[in-house]
Amino acid sequence: MMASPKKRIFLKSLVASSVAAGLHPIAALAQLRVEISGVGANQIPIAIGQFWDDPAGDNHVTAIIAADLQRSGLFRVIPSSDLVRETGAVDDAVWRSKGADALLGGSLTQADGRTEIRYRLHDTAKAVTLTSSGLKVNPQFIRLAAHRVADDVYEKLTGIRGPFATRIAYVARSGNEYRLEIADSDGENAFTAFRDTEPVISPAWSPDGSKVAYVSFNLKKPVVYVQELATRQRIAVANFKGSNSAPAWSPDGRRLAIALSRDGLTQIHTVNADGTDLRRVATSNAIDTEPCFSPAGDTFYFTSDRSGSPQIYRMTPSGGEVRRVTFNGSYNISPAISPDGKLLSYISRRDGRFQVYVLDLANGQETRLSDGPRDESPSFAPNSRYIMYASESAGRAHLAVVAVDGSSSYTLNAKASKIREPAWGPFTK
Amino acid sequence: MNGVKILVSIIAFTLLGACSTIKLNEKAPPVEDRNSASSVPAPAPAPAPSSGRTSEVSPSSASAVDPLNDPSNILYKRSVYFDYDQYTVKEEFSALVEAHGKYLAANPDRKVTIQGNTDERGGSEYNLALGQKRAEAVRRAMALAGARDSQMEAVSFGKEKPKAMGSDEAAWMENRRADIVY
Repeated sequence: MMASPKKRIFLKSLVASSVAAGLHPIAALAQLRVEISGVGANQIPIAIGQFWDDPAGDNHVTAIIAADLQRSGLFRVIPSSDLVRETGAVDDAVWRSKGADALLGGSLTQADGRTEIRYRLHDTAKAVTLTSSGLKVNPQFIRLAAHRVADDVYEKLTGIRGPFATRIAYVARSGNEYRLEIADSDGENAFTAFRDTEPVISPAWSPDGSKVAYVSFNLKKPVVYVQELATRQRIAVANFKGSNSAPAWSPDGRRLAIALSRDGLTQIHTVNADGTDLRRVATSNAIDTEPCFSPAGDTFYFTSDRSGSPQIYRMTPSGGEVRRVTFNGSYNISPAISPDGKLLSYISRRDGRFQVYVLDLANGQETRLSDGPRDESPSFAPNSRYIMYASESAGRAHLAVVAVDGSSSYTLNAKASKIREPAWGPFTK
Repeated sequence: MNGVKILVSIIAFTLLGACSTIKLNEKAPPVEDRNSASSVPAPAPAPAPSSGRTSEVSPSSASAVDPLNDPSNILYKRSVYFDYDQYTVKEEFSALVEAHGKYLAANPDRKVTIQGNTDERGGSEYNLALGQKRAEAVRRAMALAGARDSQMEAVSFGKEKPKAMGSDEAAWMENRRADIVY
């Protein structure tokens, strides 16, 4: 389970380019603080022993793994000061007496300038090893490797792919500066992909995680750009007369759905990711915006005020078979579809409060997941189990994450910035 | 004239040259942006149109004071305010909008951007579309008064560039607005 060479080069070039641009002081400022505000009821109790030769500090592997699992809401981490290796016999009775159903131990080995992390996950009830594995990485990827260990533990114990070794994009604002930032899923390792004195909104990850589309106002109007993260090369894919906004990628990463006002009202179009082959998808005499593709690519969800108030609709990619999807409340916007295609999340205004809702597309059951007065921009984790959104109250703007069943939540705060417009990136290899 | 136009194009290109990977719009951005939000450092807030465009326009406006810069002229007013959730130009602003439409009809060299704005409540993208609807309402009213489509561009800032800070009705009223920017 080693990071592929391609991935390593990609990440390395990110680090190199932020150093070259002199961004490190700002990147350090942008680290997000995590606060867990709710935990699930049926948590798996897991003891995590101190990995052998795990140096303290920012790259403390044991702590990164424990924080990931704790934050997920699915685990109750039983901390242990004992050193626990990935080898040797396990005294199951002792760990069971501490309340642990599972035990994670491991070690770090330095060789040739690289670090090898070896680990073993053990089921203390059945007295069997669930997984025993290792990764060898360059020093700058130790955090990523720790997230991959946490992903493996999460998957072995829940049957669901772990969401930790992924990245998020969001917009930070300090004073008059707007920054599109990319960070690890835990808010660490943030770097600035784009900065400007004009607003930036609506970042959207390409399905392979190599590019981000977003809307910048740097030309005194909204223009849609696609930026390659590794090279920082960016192109305007939609700079037509009027406003250009709301980019969403097709599942194959070849096309973008966008909202354009070139014909007057805001309407949904598609365009190739290089800006060629613009097509209008549908024609209405209302606002149609915020398109998003279903994971299979066979359905568009979008926001329209054709009924007099904004509601979420769906249609075929060619604009046919339009159906209204939301019926509760007079203001439902910002549709996001879970990567497994089962859930639709959106913002609904009820009693003057803007909150995150999730709709089970199979049975039509709607659940409110947030209680903020002004929540915005829901975005699913790639494993479909969490929703990240922007929350603002009393002048503070932060990001929040809630489990799709509402069982747990946490927030990501930046010290000196207002942060909003989150987008959770895809799984990477 | 031609020489001046080429010079203006060169200046515009040089200014944009810093972002060489950006696909440039075929037309140069507005030379002047007097209504940009106070949070943005405006290099040339002077009301008089700066740089090359002045010399391009001066033949038609002759030696008289440019009515756009005359505080006693209705053209000095460039902002149209809207009610909550409303996108029609109110009666009290129809004279203002008509005056700008007629001014553009009489001055075919002049161009405007109409910038729509909303208050801070609701989502970024939906507000962007609502601000667009406001800008478009002003654009259509100006077209009825004789302005050509090629002279106008309606765009939206949504809730992203509020002129008034704060979360009260006074701030919201100020931000439900479309600005006519020459």
